Amino acid sequence: MAAADELAFHEFEEATNLLAQTPDAATTRSDQLTPQGHVAVVMDSGGSYGAEDEVESDKAALLQEEKQQPGFWTFGYYQSFFDVDTSQVLDRIKGSLLPRPGHNFVRHHLRNRPDLYGPFWICATLAFVLAITGNLTLVLAQRRDPSIHYSPQFHKVTVAGITIYCYAWLVPLALWGFLRWRRGVRERVGPYTFLETVCVYGYSLFVFIPTVVLWLIPVPWLQWLFGALALALSAAGLVFTLWPVVREDTRLAATVLLSTVVLLHALLAMGCKFYFFQPLPLEHVAPPHQATSQPPNTLPPTLPRSMAT
Amino acid sequence: MAEAAESPGDPGTATPRPLMRDLKAVGKKFMHVLYPRKSNTLLRDWDLWGPLILCVTLALMLQRGSVDSEKDGGPQFAEVFVIVWFGAVTITLNSKLLGGNISFFQSLCVLGYCILPLTVAMLVCRLVLLAELGPINFMVRLFVVIVMFAWSIVASTAFLADSQPPNRKALAVYPVFLFYFVISWMILTFTPQ
Repeated sequence: MAAADELAFHEFEEATNLLAQTPDAATTRSDQLTPQGHVAVVMDSGGSYGAEDEVESDKAALLQEEKQQPGFWTFGYYQSFFDVDTSQVLDRIKGSLLPRPGHNFVRHHLRNRPDLYGPFWICATLAFVLAITGNLTLVLAQRRDPSIHYSPQFHKVTVAGITIYCYAWLVPLALWGFLRWRRGVRERVGPYTFLETVCVYGYSLFVFIPTVVLWLIPVPWLQWLFGALALALSAAGLVFTLWPVVREDTRLAATVLLSTVVLLHALLAMGCKFYFFQPLPLEHVAPPHQATSQPPNTLPPTLPRSMAT
Repeated sequence: MAEAAESPGDPGTATPRPLMRDLKAVGKKFMHVLYPRKSNTLLRDWDLWGPLILCVTLALMLQRGSVDSEKDGGPQFAEVFVIVWFGAVTITLNSKLLGGNISFFQSLCVLGYCILPLTVAMLVCRLVLLAELGPINFMVRLFVVIVMFAWSIVASTAFLADSQPPNRKALAVYPVFLFYFVISWMILTFTPQ
């Protein structure tokens, strides 16, 4: 890249990126005195940026980096990951359900304050809903066809839990590691932190919860339709979030990364559908029905003699 | 509680007072769960005997019998135990991380005691299952489980919701809902062998 290109639009992009990261930061004019201890983005051109934000200049959110982070052995460290209100969680869930091409989930909804509440409880809900609705389909199938043997299938809860949690933690770990490794190629836009990646994945799994409930309807093409719709929404959210980070990378790396992400998501959806909602085996015919259906006149002739004695 | 002449230092009194006192305390908390009012007894004098008794009773009634060798049956004793205690600990950690001002054991105590309605539902379901199976049988069990599930939620929310800041109450109550829902599901799908 030519150095002249870097300098020409560098400030503007940096300012918009920082503003997207820190929504209540202020950009001050270069002739204003910057208060001590504050870091501000200095713009040489145009005074309109600093005009209406003079009240906010004392609360520059760039101060966040100066706040002391408690050590990881203290309870307060983990409490900082649960620092969300009900309305914020609902807003993040809505943002994951309706992905839009320009809106980056991390920048617009998380705003650099990822939480662990959403990913953890969405995964727990999804695991239980999968096991319960899978069991319910067995119940409904038994009502239609009484020869099918019903059992609570409790081991599926364990399987569901392990699968969902491993997916929601290991795949973001791999993705985060890969993005950090490729960091050298992209100097300007930093990669997401590990928690932000976990957050994105966790919230993107939310759309599967109503989908799994709708899979109770025993119409196959409808089930595939709902599954495809959920997968499209979920994968679109992931792709729109990852696109600003990988777009500066080489085309090959970007394509490989995005297609791997979508493929893994599709594998999860299809694996869940096949394992928890499998078509039921029809060979469970109860033996007593066969024995009582034998008519009495076909009994072997030796029996009346033995009964007579 | 106004106990007469509480003198722990007196070696002459050899009455079994501590056991009776504990049993009375457990019984009193059972009453508080069955008729939830805004009182502090569960929180102030917490104990874990009641939850232990309830959990063991529930797990004994829910476990699949020893003659059942199929691998996709109901939960084992240990599985029920793990779900109840691990679930209660997770919910307690969650409410503390969200900034609630309830102590760890107080929260465990409340969650454990509020399993009482569901244990009663399990007893009723086992009795109902002695009659002939059919859709009416299922409807009765479903009704009983739903009523007891709602009772558990109301009882535990009455004690736990006040300890959270107002803008996070729903975040703290939802895991409780999920916890009792899973236990209700286990009770409803119990089939005798």
